[in-house]
Amino acid sequence: MPEETAQPVRGRMRRLLSGLVDLAGRRLSVVVLLLLCLISSAATWREQNPITKRAGAAVARQVLEVCPVPCEVLVVVRDTAVDRAFAAAIERGLAAAGAPIAGRVFGQPRDVRLEFERIARAGGSVDAIATHRIASEWGPVRSAGAPVVAPGSYSWPTFLTPRNLLNVVNQNADIAIIALGMTLVILTAGIDLSVGSLLALAGVIAAVTAQEWFGGAAASPAGLLAAMLLGVAAAALGGLLSGTMVAAFRVPPFVATLGLMMLARGLALILAVGHQRRLVGGGAEGTPEAVRVGAPAFAWLGNGSALGVPNPILLMLFLFVAAHLLMTRTMFGRYVYAVGGNPEAARLSGVPVTAVLLAVYCLCGAFAGLAGIVDASRFEGGRPNAGELYELQVIAAVVVGGASLAGGRGRISGTLIGAMIIAVIQNGLNIAGVASYEQKVVFGALILAAVLLDRLQPKIASRRARMTRGSTSTPVQ
Amino acid sequence: MLELHRTSKSYPGVDALRGVSLAVGAGEVLGLVGENGAGKSTLIRVVSGAERPDGGWIELDGEPAAFDSPAEARRRGIAVIHQELSLIPQLSVRENLFLGAGWSRRGLVRRRREEREARRLLGLLEIDIDPGASCFGLSLGARQAVEIAKALALGPRLLILDEPTAALSPREARALLRQVRELAGRGAAAIYVSHRLEEIEAVADRVAVLRDGELVHSIDRRLPAAGGGGLAPLDRDALIEAMVGRRLSAEFPPRLHEELGEPRLEIKGLSAGHRVRDVSFSIRRGEVLGLAGLVGAGRSEVARLVFGAAARDRGEVWLDGRRLDPRSPRQAIAAGICLLPEDRRGHGLVLTESARANFALPNLDRFRRFRGMVDRRREGRAFDRWRGQLDIRLARSGQRVATLSGGNQQKVVIAKWLERGAKVVLCDEPTRGIDVGARYEIHEWIRRMASKGKAVLLISSELEEVLGMSDRVLVMHEGRIRGEIADPAGADPAGVLRIAAGVGPSEEPSVA
Repeated sequence: MPEETAQPVRGRMRRLLSGLVDLAGRRLSVVVLLLLCLISSAATWREQNPITKRAGAAVARQVLEVCPVPCEVLVVVRDTAVDRAFAAAIERGLAAAGAPIAGRVFGQPRDVRLEFERIARAGGSVDAIATHRIASEWGPVRSAGAPVVAPGSYSWPTFLTPRNLLNVVNQNADIAIIALGMTLVILTAGIDLSVGSLLALAGVIAAVTAQEWFGGAAASPAGLLAAMLLGVAAAALGGLLSGTMVAAFRVPPFVATLGLMMLARGLALILAVGHQRRLVGGGAEGTPEAVRVGAPAFAWLGNGSALGVPNPILLMLFLFVAAHLLMTRTMFGRYVYAVGGNPEAARLSGVPVTAVLLAVYCLCGAFAGLAGIVDASRFEGGRPNAGELYELQVIAAVVVGGASLAGGRGRISGTLIGAMIIAVIQNGLNIAGVASYEQKVVFGALILAAVLLDRLQPKIASRRARMTRGSTSTPVQ
Repeated sequence: MLELHRTSKSYPGVDALRGVSLAVGAGEVLGLVGENGAGKSTLIRVVSGAERPDGGWIELDGEPAAFDSPAEARRRGIAVIHQELSLIPQLSVRENLFLGAGWSRRGLVRRRREEREARRLLGLLEIDIDPGASCFGLSLGARQAVEIAKALALGPRLLILDEPTAALSPREARALLRQVRELAGRGAAAIYVSHRLEEIEAVADRVAVLRDGELVHSIDRRLPAAGGGGLAPLDRDALIEAMVGRRLSAEFPPRLHEELGEPRLEIKGLSAGHRVRDVSFSIRRGEVLGLAGLVGAGRSEVARLVFGAAARDRGEVWLDGRRLDPRSPRQAIAAGICLLPEDRRGHGLVLTESARANFALPNLDRFRRFRGMVDRRREGRAFDRWRGQLDIRLARSGQRVATLSGGNQQKVVIAKWLERGAKVVLCDEPTRGIDVGARYEIHEWIRRMASKGKAVLLISSELEEVLGMSDRVLVMHEGRIRGEIADPAGADPAGVLRIAAGVGPSEEPSVA
């Protein structure tokens, strides 16, 4: 019979297909991330004009080749930090060879003309102009008559420049940090909608206490730290509240955290308005503006950097390592997975289910609070409207990272990749000039695809298991 | 009307039905009896389209009938009343009765007509329920009655009833039996499954006995037409004999010791709702105490109460002469009590996790290094040791426990409690759904645990197992201990079953 010959072929095809889907499912997030990076790179393949220290040194060497010492060199750059660093590198190179500097321009084409005039008035001359690609196109530079030296341009994806990559991660560090806590909650088959509000509440509390209790502009670093810890503690307390509702009173997590979401947002607004009112004095109307923190040190966490890496990224990496160890190496981590996989079996194995749930929601709140502190520090003040709709982005990151909404399955490393996927898509769409409305469509589709995959996975797995057992029936127990 | 031809069905490790041939004719009520696990439920599932048979075929009105779904079977006139209730609590009685089969005109429900019909149906069954009432507030018995009315509303040609009277009052039960007879009188057929032999006697024209998936006995009670078409009385003893059978006694591993020690676990006056009533017993060191009874007699509930997994109304749990009264499994485990639950996959294991993680779950404190860190090397060594001793077969050490066979899964559960070093082991159906080889090994482990001075409570629906493995057996019926068998090895299984079924005065040594 023809059917009998067709059967094994079809079976093999199906097995191959399900194997592929399975592999893609397990490592999908990594595949997707790499693919996205590739697409973003291809889409942003542009001519690059390096304005770096290394390029500056190269320009200096080139100038010396074009016109040997003594040679009067004019350095022309724009008035930005990057340009100044570039110019400094050129000057260092020239100074090392003993070439005199005729003059420097930090500004616009007009400033170049003025500088030429000044040099001419002073009786000097310009034998060469050292600059970068952008400034070399300026009219006054081109018409100067002196040889113009600029670093060569090359083609490279804008996306793949270190500056852009650091920027992408830095801007999404808060999402990634919250996603850590959300991973724990989702592992227990729960959900936490309150994270965006807790972020705002933590930021506002840190800002208000820094201003009103710890000395405002004159606050000491210890005082600022205390203010920040207060903010985190408040968010953790919020998490503990929803955890109590979920663990002790069996309120569905969706509802419990929805309530907390409104409650925390309202509190953040009240605190911010109250602060403004006290600031203006008397019965003046308060407005829900950001609570500005006067102390400059407050911005260190959000805007500072170490070894060229922004502090939020460092904090994020530290927390990821800590969370990874917590989930893979400790009793607590094992308990979380067990409670998520089968709460009744966990209970009958002696797992303190209630305590685990409490801790998970509390931790999720604390992570949201930490993100709130980063956010407040970055904007040098607590914004009561910060973090709106963050919960959705965070949940998207966790789900895209492979965690199952049914609980028990998911990894911290997956969440890191998920958060990066969200970040890269956003960045790629921004560079490609896609408007924010269309971005929403893309994100929505992404979440649906991830959830669909989550639903399909058990089916595929059970089909595989059945194939290997050689039976087509499901056991009834 | 319905004929089964050499129908078979097997699940991994169990042959639930082995070539059963059976027929039910129009106007006939077939009583179906058998021990727990004899294959009655599987037979119903196959007939009602919930499962497909592996072998043989089914004919309905002379045509082969292979139902793909219960819905299809329903369209062909087969209605099933299950033990589990399928009512939607948010809807009213009337809405439930006619769900999917109501009267409507152009999409609008004809409420009056439905209401009239609902009253008629409920009246037939002598159930005093307002059709407009929400099912949410109804008692279990009332809900069961509505369930039955719902099946009758379809006007079925073949009605299948699976332990329908478990939750009914005697009056409701009598009305139900009358309805079944009446339905048969109008030409429909019925299959009536029950443990209650007096009901079978009241309702069945013929009685079929299933044992180990085989049809072992069949009685036709209809007297020749000359006798007026009445029914002959039912020989209950013959029926029970057939249910128990004279099986070749299965091999059980030999006892490893004879001496029993001090009382280890003592239970006094344990009660919880109507499911467990005033249960007292004690188990000595090295003793295996069997707990026999039918499904729903409250045996599992007793184990869960002792383990702290369910809330007690009254009663005391003593361990080694000290009062324990655990309020949570965590407390019970810390004191040295462990439970092999009946529902292995639902209660015993976290299926999303590996065998090793499941093994480690109650033992993590033993593998602790500092600050709650788990020493994975120690964990791995302990797991490998038990894995070797119990012969747990894994493809890899990180293999998901969901992919293991029933026997290996149960061994994982045993391993985790062996590592824990418990003093009391509560085994609830420890070998259900497990193949013969692994079964023997599990029995060996039960013996070995007893010989180490642990107290073992063995709950099993298989009389053979509970009698063959235990030093002493208690028989439960409707939440109470109704009899004690001091010498299980020499006991008559039929006598035990009689106590468990609550049939007649017990001839066994009376309640302890």
